[in-house]
Amino acid sequence: MIDLKNIEVTFRNDENIVHAVKDVSLSVEKGDIYGIVGYSGAGKSTLVRTINLLQRPNQGEVFVDGQNLSVLSPNELRNERKKIGMIFQHFNLMRQRTVAGNVAYPLRGANLSKQEIDAKVDGLLRLVGLEDKKEAYPAQLSGGQKQRVAIARALANDPEVLLCDEATSSLDPKTTASILKLLKNLNKKLALTIVIITHEMEVVKEICNKVAVMEDGKVLEQGDVVSIFSSPKEPLTQEFINTATHIDQAAEKVLNHPTLLNLTNDDVLVKITYVGESTSRPLIASLYARFGVTTNILYGNVEILQNTPIGNLIVVLSGKEEDRANALAYLKTNNVTVKRINHQKNIISISQKEII
Amino acid sequence: MNTFLETYFPNAYDIQDEIIKSIWETLYMVSVTALLAGIFGILLGITLVVTEEGGILEKPRLYHFLERMVNIFRSVPFIIMLALIAPITRLIVGTSIGTTAAIVPLVVGTVPFYSRQIQNALLEVDEGVVEAAAAMGSSPLEIIFRVYLKEGLPSILRVSSVTIINLIGLTTMAGAIGGGGLGNLAIARGHNRNQMDVTLVATGVILVIVFVSQFVGNYLVKKTSH
Repeated sequence: MIDLKNIEVTFRNDENIVHAVKDVSLSVEKGDIYGIVGYSGAGKSTLVRTINLLQRPNQGEVFVDGQNLSVLSPNELRNERKKIGMIFQHFNLMRQRTVAGNVAYPLRGANLSKQEIDAKVDGLLRLVGLEDKKEAYPAQLSGGQKQRVAIARALANDPEVLLCDEATSSLDPKTTASILKLLKNLNKKLALTIVIITHEMEVVKEICNKVAVMEDGKVLEQGDVVSIFSSPKEPLTQEFINTATHIDQAAEKVLNHPTLLNLTNDDVLVKITYVGESTSRPLIASLYARFGVTTNILYGNVEILQNTPIGNLIVVLSGKEEDRANALAYLKTNNVTVKRINHQKNIISISQKEII
Repeated sequence: MNTFLETYFPNAYDIQDEIIKSIWETLYMVSVTALLAGIFGILLGITLVVTEEGGILEKPRLYHFLERMVNIFRSVPFIIMLALIAPITRLIVGTSIGTTAAIVPLVVGTVPFYSRQIQNALLEVDEGVVEAAAAMGSSPLEIIFRVYLKEGLPSILRVSSVTIINLIGLTTMAGAIGGGGLGNLAIARGHNRNQMDVTLVATGVILVIVFVSQFVGNYLVKKTSH
């Protein structure tokens, strides 16, 4: 649906040249909810703006639905843009127009009669759950309601693609959840392809099926959400995931816990990660039954991503060194990742190296 | 009432016709100038906004040229402007003296001020909204009319009211080229002939016109803001 090929964007201000996007290639399939995650300044907003050419790339090509946008005349480009909806962090509604006026804005020039426009606006407002706010002005709405109006407006020309630029970043968690739910419904109901720019991995976790992680203008890692969450390759990806799954905070609390000061030579502190099927097997129990290794669970978290459970446990494995080695080997054959956690006091980091 | 006016405003009472005429002259100069300067000022203001770097029709050279012109014309004191552009006035109106002739320098004196005000008013329109409109496939012309002018309307009305008040001030100098009006009445009659009551009446009428403009302006701003 969307193909970005070797996109480069540079900005020039005075003497500085800022390389905002560096050789990024992305492919978004029809029906995807594609998350692009990164810290501010990573170039993700610039990247998403190249999809409808609000930002022209200095190099590279943009294909939407097979059409190379870079070669279109201004007029043709405007027509293509009508098929690409976009919503923003600050909603960008027109303050001097009512909710209905905002939603009807993009319908001018679509050869619809007044009645048709009215019916369409009603339908869109019903879709986002704001039928009763038709005549209200944006100033009278809450943030979540404003974003719903923006979504209705973005969908007015029946686009196949919806671009979301930090669309939930200025909303509270509950409103964020409701907007994400709405987006997910729209994705299913309208077969809408959605691209989501965000700095919150939680958003990706909630609704995306694919994700790209950006830093410093480059895409570090991309793939389907389950494999990225279960086996991230880049430290930054790991960092985002840890934030989203709260495992960092958990590790910190666990490591400050007094019982951990009493670890003996036969104890190791590890983080266990398992995906999908392994979740349903009684692994922990069999560690004791088979190898005599006891497992003390200090922290546990299971995320369901795209209907696939991903579990993270912080545990203390206790047993003789040999038994522990066997237990770890057994875990590995069951596709469970085990990482040792350094637990010197005050130094808290989850080691990147697998210990087996 | 009449005795009261006769007693306290003897000179003004005697020249009622002249006062009425001056009021009309002032209103004539203000309204025709407001119309013309309004059109040119809005056009110039829009041009400044859209041609600026980062604008929807970015043309840095044109922008810098216009911007410099606006600054230069805004810096010339109006009383000097009256004399300075007399040849141009003669070219346009056929004469460089009289009420109609005064309109040319009034327009030239008002347009730079007003266009700058319009520019500022339009810059208050959220850039994000402009970007959203572009993302929805709006053409530059659509963005000007359906976003900038529509969203900026309350600010445009506010700066227009300020400009009209400013313009009323300028018309009082039109007497220098025989333009007449209330300012001329206050100076040529009231001051020069030492008829203080005439000056007071002229001042009072000007204040009324200013207050009415202000009131109408505020009312419209309030009515159009959401």
